[in-house]
Amino acid sequence: MYRMGLLGKKVGMTQIFEDGERIPVTVLEVGPCYVIQKKTSDGKDGYGAIQLGFEDYGRITKRTKVMPGHFKRSDIKPKRFLREIRIDDPEKLAAFEIGQELKANVFEAGQLVDITGTSKGKGFQGVMRRHNMKGSKQATHGTHENFRHVGSIGCRTTPGEVHKGKRLPGHMGAERVTTQNVKIVRVDAEKNLVLVHGSVPGAPDGFVMIRHAVKKGGTKA
Amino acid sequence: MKKIIADIEAPYLRTDLPKLQIGDTIRVHTKIKEGEKERIQVFEGVLIRWKKGGIRSTVTVRKVSHGVGVERIFPLSAPSIEKIEVKSHGQVRRARLYYLRGRSGKAARLRERTETKKAG
Repeated sequence: MYRMGLLGKKVGMTQIFEDGERIPVTVLEVGPCYVIQKKTSDGKDGYGAIQLGFEDYGRITKRTKVMPGHFKRSDIKPKRFLREIRIDDPEKLAAFEIGQELKANVFEAGQLVDITGTSKGKGFQGVMRRHNMKGSKQATHGTHENFRHVGSIGCRTTPGEVHKGKRLPGHMGAERVTTQNVKIVRVDAEKNLVLVHGSVPGAPDGFVMIRHAVKKGGTKA
Repeated sequence: MKKIIADIEAPYLRTDLPKLQIGDTIRVHTKIKEGEKERIQVFEGVLIRWKKGGIRSTVTVRKVSHGVGVERIFPLSAPSIEKIEVKSHGQVRRARLYYLRGRSGKAARLRERTETKKAG
């Protein structure tokens, strides 16, 4: 099994009408993506994958010496967003060539996909917002400055420490989030647009990776 | 708004609806599906709120039915809206007529608009 996918960008949300029903959709610009590199299980990488690249740099401000060399192999302008799509089956991997252009017709309407993006950053947040804790239910009988706090974080001699992973205030958001089984409402292969039902992690203009749903068996051969 | 999104919305925008204004008494004809059959239901009331936003525009229509206030929100670009008739124009000085909620009977009447203001 492998999961074909593309890289893209969240354009924004709107709504469309189908059969008289209002459908909330997120518009994603998915491509064109280019195959930048191929990794093979018998090569030095030890696993099969294609590396996809999406979107040119507007202006390259920071250029490492490695970067032009990496893209020279595929004879393609350097791309901002690079991600790998794992393809372990050598036969299927052979179908892709370096420099190949991939468009939105990888997907079709009605299909389920998983969408991975970077969620909106929320900054430093307390436990009520970050972990959905309840806070203090009591605002009377002398309760003092303790309305939105976390409760007890440990005991006394036993365990004598605060357990690792205890949910406390801290930085929230701006992390990798995957939404699973998102239905594709429409594919516009010409404009490389995909309309998916509902919301998608991240802010508009954020990069996303769209892959065939893992729980629905991935890409059918 | 981004052009990509405007392009997607364009075919759904409706241009066949009459000019509406806050305070108008309007009749909204909606298609209702009952199993196989389709029929038209009419909701008549005062336009108390118009949330503008292209394809996302909605209007809130308020009426008093059997002594109970009823408000319905209609998405303006929904294909289920058969047509909208404007019955009368009310003279109002506000964009949101929420104050009508606290009133009943004679106090909830709106004066008919006399001079024609610039529509829009």
